[in-house]
Amino acid sequence: MPDPSAASRPKAEGPSDGTTSAAWAKVRHAMHPKANGGQLVVGVLFAVLGFALVTQVRSAQGAEALASARPDDLVRILDDLQERQDRLQAEAAALAATRDELLGGADQAGAALDRARDQAQTLGIVAGTLPASGPGITVTVIDREGGVDAALLLDAVQELRDAGAEAIQIDGQRIVASTAIVETPEGIEIDGEPVEPPYDVVVIGDPETLASALAIPGGVLESVRNAGGDGLVEQRATVDVTALKPLDQPEYARPAP
Amino acid sequence: MIAVLGLIAGIVLGLVLQPTIPLWMQPYLPIAVVAALDAVFGAFRAYLDGTFDERVFVISFIGNVLVAALVVFLGDQLGVGSQLSTGVVVVLSIRIFVNAAAIRRHLFHA
Repeated sequence: MPDPSAASRPKAEGPSDGTTSAAWAKVRHAMHPKANGGQLVVGVLFAVLGFALVTQVRSAQGAEALASARPDDLVRILDDLQERQDRLQAEAAALAATRDELLGGADQAGAALDRARDQAQTLGIVAGTLPASGPGITVTVIDREGGVDAALLLDAVQELRDAGAEAIQIDGQRIVASTAIVETPEGIEIDGEPVEPPYDVVVIGDPETLASALAIPGGVLESVRNAGGDGLVEQRATVDVTALKPLDQPEYARPAP
Repeated sequence: MIAVLGLIAGIVLGLVLQPTIPLWMQPYLPIAVVAALDAVFGAFRAYLDGTFDERVFVISFIGNVLVAALVVFLGDQLGVGSQLSTGVVVVLSIRIFVNAAAIRRHLFHA
């Protein structure tokens, strides 16, 4: 305890300084080595303390911390880890689900794109904007006497369509839904382009069906013969419908929502 | 002086040797270190009070360490080891604070 008289005085005055400096003097005095037995024992004890301190600090910092933990603490740590693992697993599951969803979405988008592409090709063949190739027939209509008129050609086209023709061209003119076959004083025009006999007709479809559709009694070929012409039908494994029809952008019609 | 030298020597020795704590000692070493620190602060205070005695210090140092270890050992046997070691650390910490306060009053009069 400090000097009782010092406690009653203001702090910074003489006697209180006296006790403080006396304490410091003691500290300084302690710093002078005095090698007697007691001091040596104290030194050894301090050495033991320092040794143990460093050892413990090192073990508490390293992975040995777990090895020196109590069963209770280990159980608590294990619980914490378990909880953390559960949480992370739940998170991982959620993320995996999101990923699957996104991948599925990409697949769906890809499938939709493929479908759209297929549809575009189909529509292109129907609309005449894409060349087409496949089994079919070629028909050469010879008109020696000028008796084959537009109506007869149109009949032929209708007959071929009935028989399942998928793409038709006549003299390099693609025949589509909007195609007009018109009789003019100069001859026959298909979509405004004059065509001359002999008419080369290329049709894609089932060759047998197409050929027999043209050959039925009272059908196209017989009508052509009656009109003073002739028709030569050839079935082929592959015919090419290469004529294209430019696609006009519709001016008024829009896709209905 | 010799005490300070001893402390430094012990720290250096621990750093150089990097000993592994024996398994049986692992629960007791931290408590023993805290108990020894308590004894050291008590000794320093006693020295400033002018009542320091080497015999008392040696006995209190060893006694503190042994009693602390014994209490923790008993706690482990009773199944309250972690609570009891917490209690021991709290008590020793309080004593260290009290001694540190006394030392502070001696050296800085504050």
